[in-house]
Amino acid sequence: MSSATVAAPAARLAQGEGRIGLRAHLRHTGALVRRNLLWIRQDPESMFDALLFPVVFTLLFVYVFGGSIGQSLGGGQQAYVQYVVPGLMAMMGMNMAQGVGTGFNQDFNSGVMDRFRSLPIGRGSVLFAKIAVELLRMLFATAVLLVVAVLVGFDVTDWAGLLASVGLSAVFGSALMWVFLTLGVIMKNAQSVQAMGFLVLMPLQFGSSIFAPTDSMPGWLQAFTDYNPLSSLADTARGLMLGGPVAHDLWVTLGWSVALTAVMAPVAIHKFRTKS
Amino acid sequence: MTHIDDKPGGGTAVTVRGLVKHFGATKALDGVDLDVREGTVLGVLGPNGAGKTTLVRCLSTLLTPDAGHATVAGYDVVRQPRQLRRVIGLTGQYASVDEKLSGWENLYLIGRLLDLPRKRARARADELLERFSLTEAARRPAATYSGGMRRRLDLAASMIGHPAVLYLDEPTTGLDPRTRNEVWDEVERMVGEGVTVLLTTQYMEEAEQLASELTVVDRGKVIAHGGIEDLKARVGGRTLRVRPADPAQLRPLAAALDGLGITGLAGTTVDAERGAVLVPVLSDEQLTAVVGAVTAREITLASVTTELPSLDEVFLSLTGHRAGAPQDAVPADTREEVPV
Repeated sequence: MSSATVAAPAARLAQGEGRIGLRAHLRHTGALVRRNLLWIRQDPESMFDALLFPVVFTLLFVYVFGGSIGQSLGGGQQAYVQYVVPGLMAMMGMNMAQGVGTGFNQDFNSGVMDRFRSLPIGRGSVLFAKIAVELLRMLFATAVLLVVAVLVGFDVTDWAGLLASVGLSAVFGSALMWVFLTLGVIMKNAQSVQAMGFLVLMPLQFGSSIFAPTDSMPGWLQAFTDYNPLSSLADTARGLMLGGPVAHDLWVTLGWSVALTAVMAPVAIHKFRTKS
Repeated sequence: MTHIDDKPGGGTAVTVRGLVKHFGATKALDGVDLDVREGTVLGVLGPNGAGKTTLVRCLSTLLTPDAGHATVAGYDVVRQPRQLRRVIGLTGQYASVDEKLSGWENLYLIGRLLDLPRKRARARADELLERFSLTEAARRPAATYSGGMRRRLDLAASMIGHPAVLYLDEPTTGLDPRTRNEVWDEVERMVGEGVTVLLTTQYMEEAEQLASELTVVDRGKVIAHGGIEDLKARVGGRTLRVRPADPAQLRPLAAALDGLGITGLAGTTVDAERGAVLVPVLSDEQLTAVVGAVTAREITLASVTTELPSLDEVFLSLTGHRAGAPQDAVPADTREEVPV
């Protein structure tokens, strides 16, 4: 830091002075990722959702609904395992996205955000770091899911396809995180962020092809599921992991991801900057 | 390594002109003007809801003012926020440390965010923990710290970047007297190193201890400004509380002091219940004269204490109304209402 005088900044007012470069951005984001990881070390319970969610959902759907849905798929419970696991895998990014707003909101209610916002750092850094750590949590949850899935008899036929669908889930999840970060900034408390997330995601998740094929649903619901991006996401994952056509659903999913990010990332960053 | 030059006379580190900030219908700041001279401490004294925190938040780029302008170290708060953030340090009334991180990790994080290389950030964290007597607690989560330790950690965090201007927003609200003194000592040390400080407080005593000049605010407006001594004189200065060992001496003592004939010395009052004579004094000379007079009459004293006027008394004498009258009109998001 220079030792210029307090009252003589005229020479330092050049256009763009003080702008934060890409390397500084990465450094700041890195430091904040470290902070968020230290949080997890300090409070390992915060990983419980990432651990329990895949276990509970897999067991619940496979053993409660699996038998009967599997019959309509023409192969019993085992057929349903093959159907639902790619769907659950696709969902992981989304479910971690839901939690991001809650933690972010808590940060705001402590004074620490004031400190960050009064520091000369790129204001996106705080948000990028949050997303990076949520993606790490998502990878952890995905690994857990995979273990449980194999234990209940899931047959991995295409590892490359599996990795690709994990990647797609991460892309869609981070797009969705911008929405939840925005909610985390604008809503008053963590509980309402959570409730809001639940209310929005619940109908989207169940009104999709994630858990069951949509052909037996009534026409009006099928119209909804056809346009629900979560159906495209789940169908892409299924295609990638088990084989089958993916191109159309893949583009739809990527399109949604890009659109959500393009719209919501600037909104989230702007709301973060101007929060009073 | 500070940003201050020892120029005779000194420039102005903070200039605020006509600053206005509304929250809905409430004017948290209603045209505030003030200056902080380089290397000095300006105390901003006011009750809850006076707009002190809003002022600090505007000056640290956390809020955008609705009208007026302000510069800090020559940088405009609205047009040059990035540059401005490089030269300020902020310690809020809510100790803004990350409770889940250790003291060391808190400081290291801020160091990295201020672009210190890893090695320097580590060294700076160690150095500041040492200086603020936190070395022993360095590896413990800040959640386990006492209130005083948190404030010290907060101060340390705001010092990492060698700020030219430091905002202390009610740094001792909610602290016990001993801890408060610790914080004051640290602030005095920083000032000794040339940092310019804008201090908000509700306590006349704190302002007197730390500040050289005082701006009194109420309902978003500046209602008085001047040197500490001027303002003290305007609001009646200190009160000397003299308690004789023998309560029977109370009346003779009061009579003797009344008969002193010190110019400008207002009349004494007798607090019979507590067995003390109250003598308002405007200057150190008057105080010395009173103590001298008591000694000359060989009255044995149990105690002599000086009392500063309370914020309420300051307000009463400056404005004619009690402090903080419009408290309920201030929205919660100005964040001045919640006690620590």
